[in-house]
Amino acid sequence: MSDWNITQDSDGIAWLGFDKEGVSTNVLSGAVMRELGERVTELEQMKPKAVIVHSKKSSGFIAGADITEFVDLKGPEDALALIRGGQQVLERLERLPCPTVAMINGFALGGGLELALACRYRVALDDPKTQLGLPEVKLGIHPGFGGTVRSIRLVGVLPAMDMMLTGRGLRARAAKKIGLVDSVVPERHLERAARKLALHPPPVKRAPRWQQWLSNRLVRGIVAGQLEKQVARKAKRRHYPAPYAIIELWKDHYDDPARMYAQEAESIAALMTGTTAQNLVRVFMLQDRLKSLGRKSKLDLKHVHVIGAGVMGGDIAAWCALRGYNVTLQDREPKYVAPAIKRAAKLYHGKLKDPRLVQAAMDRLVPDVEGRGAAQADVVIEAIYENADAKRALYETLEPRMKAGALLATNTSSIRLEELSRDLAEPNRLVGLHFFNPVAKMPLLEVVHTDDTDPRALEQALAFGRHIDRLPLPAKSSPGFLVNRILMPYMMEAMLIAGEGVPLEAIDRAALDFGMPMGPVELADTVGLDVALSVSKVFADSFGMQVPPRLKQMVDDGHLGRKSGRGFYTYKDGKPVRDKSRADAAPSDLGDRLIMPLLNEAVACLHEGVVADADLVDAGVIFGTGFAPFTGGPIQYARARGKDAVVATMRALAEKHGERFTPHDGWEAI
Amino acid sequence: MTEFEPVFVVDGTRTPFLKARGRPGPFSASDLAVGAGRPLLARNPVAPSKLDEVIFGCAMPSPDEANIGRIIALRLGCGFAVPGWTVMRNCASALQALDSARVNIMTGRSDLVLAGGTEAMSRAPVLYGRDMVNWMADMQQAKSPAQRARLFFNLRPKHFSPVIGLLRGLTDPIVGLSMGQTAEIIAHRFGITREDMDAYAVRSHQRLAAAIDAGYLAEEVVTVYGTDGSYHEHDDGLRRDSSEEKLATLKPFFDRDVGLVTAANSSQVTDGAAVLLLASRKAVDEHALPTLGRIVDCEWAAIDPAQMGLGPVHAIAQLLQRHALGRDDIDYFEINEAFAGQVLACNAALADDEYCRNELGMDGAFGAIDESKLNVDGGAVAIGHPVGASGARIALHALNVLKRTGGRYAVATLCIGGGQGGAMLLEAKK
Repeated sequence: MSDWNITQDSDGIAWLGFDKEGVSTNVLSGAVMRELGERVTELEQMKPKAVIVHSKKSSGFIAGADITEFVDLKGPEDALALIRGGQQVLERLERLPCPTVAMINGFALGGGLELALACRYRVALDDPKTQLGLPEVKLGIHPGFGGTVRSIRLVGVLPAMDMMLTGRGLRARAAKKIGLVDSVVPERHLERAARKLALHPPPVKRAPRWQQWLSNRLVRGIVAGQLEKQVARKAKRRHYPAPYAIIELWKDHYDDPARMYAQEAESIAALMTGTTAQNLVRVFMLQDRLKSLGRKSKLDLKHVHVIGAGVMGGDIAAWCALRGYNVTLQDREPKYVAPAIKRAAKLYHGKLKDPRLVQAAMDRLVPDVEGRGAAQADVVIEAIYENADAKRALYETLEPRMKAGALLATNTSSIRLEELSRDLAEPNRLVGLHFFNPVAKMPLLEVVHTDDTDPRALEQALAFGRHIDRLPLPAKSSPGFLVNRILMPYMMEAMLIAGEGVPLEAIDRAALDFGMPMGPVELADTVGLDVALSVSKVFADSFGMQVPPRLKQMVDDGHLGRKSGRGFYTYKDGKPVRDKSRADAAPSDLGDRLIMPLLNEAVACLHEGVVADADLVDAGVIFGTGFAPFTGGPIQYARARGKDAVVATMRALAEKHGERFTPHDGWEAI
Repeated sequence: MTEFEPVFVVDGTRTPFLKARGRPGPFSASDLAVGAGRPLLARNPVAPSKLDEVIFGCAMPSPDEANIGRIIALRLGCGFAVPGWTVMRNCASALQALDSARVNIMTGRSDLVLAGGTEAMSRAPVLYGRDMVNWMADMQQAKSPAQRARLFFNLRPKHFSPVIGLLRGLTDPIVGLSMGQTAEIIAHRFGITREDMDAYAVRSHQRLAAAIDAGYLAEEVVTVYGTDGSYHEHDDGLRRDSSEEKLATLKPFFDRDVGLVTAANSSQVTDGAAVLLLASRKAVDEHALPTLGRIVDCEWAAIDPAQMGLGPVHAIAQLLQRHALGRDDIDYFEINEAFAGQVLACNAALADDEYCRNELGMDGAFGAIDESKLNVDGGAVAIGHPVGASGARIALHALNVLKRTGGRYAVATLCIGGGQGGAMLLEAKK
């Protein structure tokens, strides 16, 4: 095996190169770390003037640990051995008597950054693709190769905690600013800069004095308390133990690095084999699976034409231009397009920062009231209001003008494709591209098809999802597709409960306690009650569901939710006014009453084949709604809780609250 | 004469012309050109990368936009491989861009050219005076704090008086007259009165208003959008309430006190861009391009800078003589309205037997152009005159008028600061 190799140059520098065999991206595994240990032993004997660690992959330095290894771990002892082994190798790398430099030519994430932190110096490539970060927390764990100790020692507790607790990656210059790297240079100087650090080593950097002071034994407790409070706002300890473990490691052991390394290993070994991490790793792999469903090569994408510059259409257009494609955006009059241009400018300023890149993205987004761009577009997305007649009338003039072989898609969230494609010359070309709001934040893209959809169109639609960096999920054309269908019974139940007099605060609290990113009442207000009403009517027709009478009343009164300033809640500065004291007044079965309809609908979708399998149900619901990721998704949650227990709970609810809780036949197959 | 390739005008667009309102406007010159160019490229079946070159006129490019033609090419998504360049011929910069594109297509060097002009007059630079620049140089070279302190106390209010780039640009450096003063000179020569000028200016506004209301500009003027959610659909210097009584109340602007030329009977200082897609026959066939017509010829003439407003008269005469065409062979004229009095003086000169004989070498008067054939949809007095862009606007609009009225030939002409005239002969698609 030879993932690592050493060459020595005429200056006496040993170049320790990493080139993991058979893959395009360097990742760390048990075997890789063992081999690195052997190379470090060689270096110990070689006594070079300096060591430069580098990647031989043009994609970047090291992307982190090989996640597939996590899944095969037998238990905490197994994990502990893996971690301790890695820790010891990096400790020996750190102790080499000569200067050591990590030459970071792109991403250095997780274990990859930890390896770089074990070097004395770091030089990073000045390029947008360079990303340094410790994203372990997103997988329910934390750095395990000494990263919790070394990051804090190098940059100070606040920047290090920010990296570890949020999992956010830093660009090269931001990393330089906090002292994570010693130098940031363009590609043409990268080797020279590394060589300079190796041959003329400057004093080793440490965290600024005041940051060091924050790690003082006497102050640590207070700082830790503050950090915990910050974390608690985002994640509950019982759902996500990892960030709390990071803070505790530092608080309890920072004065004794040897002990902190040992505790780091113990802590991560326990986390790795816990359910949260296992579920989050599964979610990560589901993400990879969705990515693999679309093959970019199936669509030569240059120009996207979007019709309808409302919230969805406008944001879809802005997103596509951000991803580098030429976009024409059509609506009836300039006054409907202008707000979308403004939102795009805001999005680009936030995402791109560099004014030249912002200008380039703005230049790619072309307002097109006459709709002339449709004739040149590779993909045309219709995102006008939800009215089948209007959409059909639009397609009638649109289809003949489109380029041969171009993809025609609708962003409808509730109308079936069959109904829309009826009058097309080629009815089977129409697909649904169902984006979620806000487009720039929600990664899922439901790619809606029928049994008769032209396979080429479906392939193109999935490829489009990958071109614009969204997660494409093939879903069968049926009311609500997957995500809205599963979400509606949950939101409707929340409204019924509210109608029974349970305080809104208690309802939302119960959902947050379960791990939802937002309560169902606030969600309904955010989606817009007019939208919720129109979707619920579709559902009432299709599934005999009840439209909550209060919903209709509120829409009639013009209370449309967050956008009108009043819905279920009243909004002040865009935030709901809540009376927290009422949040505890909850009936004991409130949580189950909310979740069970959702689980039941998920099973119904699976049974009807809306998506291909249970994993895709879980993936869709997590990436489309933010459904508690640590549970692994609704089906996974039901399995973990026990099918029989879930079915029994539903039966009990059905008896008490009505037949809508009756378990679906599909539960048999779970 | 060698047989040259014909030059076709495929399509053209312009931004609304936006009046300068005393501070830098919302768009830079390249923003404007991109605003006009993107819809043009989006509505024609030619990928930007297929262009052979991009040529833009710009009389006062900002220091941030050196060789703005290349910047525009890159911002329009033409890719690295499409060259771009910039031409400057004062008020006729865009006409020069079209002429340069025409010559390259005629001789077979290019097949598809994006040509036009752009100007953000509201963003014309304000400069430090020479005293201030010298003072700053001294400060930079000062060796000791004492020297610096001494220099600091040398600073006087006069150091801070700025040089307004726009005013310098609109003043002739050879004869030392502002453009408005040259208009006063020729108005005086042909006996144009203040009432004539004001009546002409009011009609320019009325004609523009009527053209907008009739939808005549719908194909030509494209909406531009700001990043702040604003959008501009129409020329915003238009005054629908303009009247001769109101204009009579304005004070003369250039020759103060007793002059005739006012701000209201002059063209407006505006920001705007106009752009045309030009093609050879080969390109028209290859991409199945529709055409508006073709550019037949272009002519340049030069006269006394103090009488620069008469430049069009000379350019028209030379152009039409070459093609053996008379006044009545031309179905439509666009004479850029730098000043109402200047257009009136041009028409008076064309009708003047003596002027045509002595100055143009003709056998007799060319004859006045009937007002029904001249600037029928208003001119720069109402629309505005973004110096580097106007030439492309009038050439494009002349073709659009021919299309609407069924005429064959049009002439688009401008007077040019420094004492020149440019005129382009256009022929509608048969």
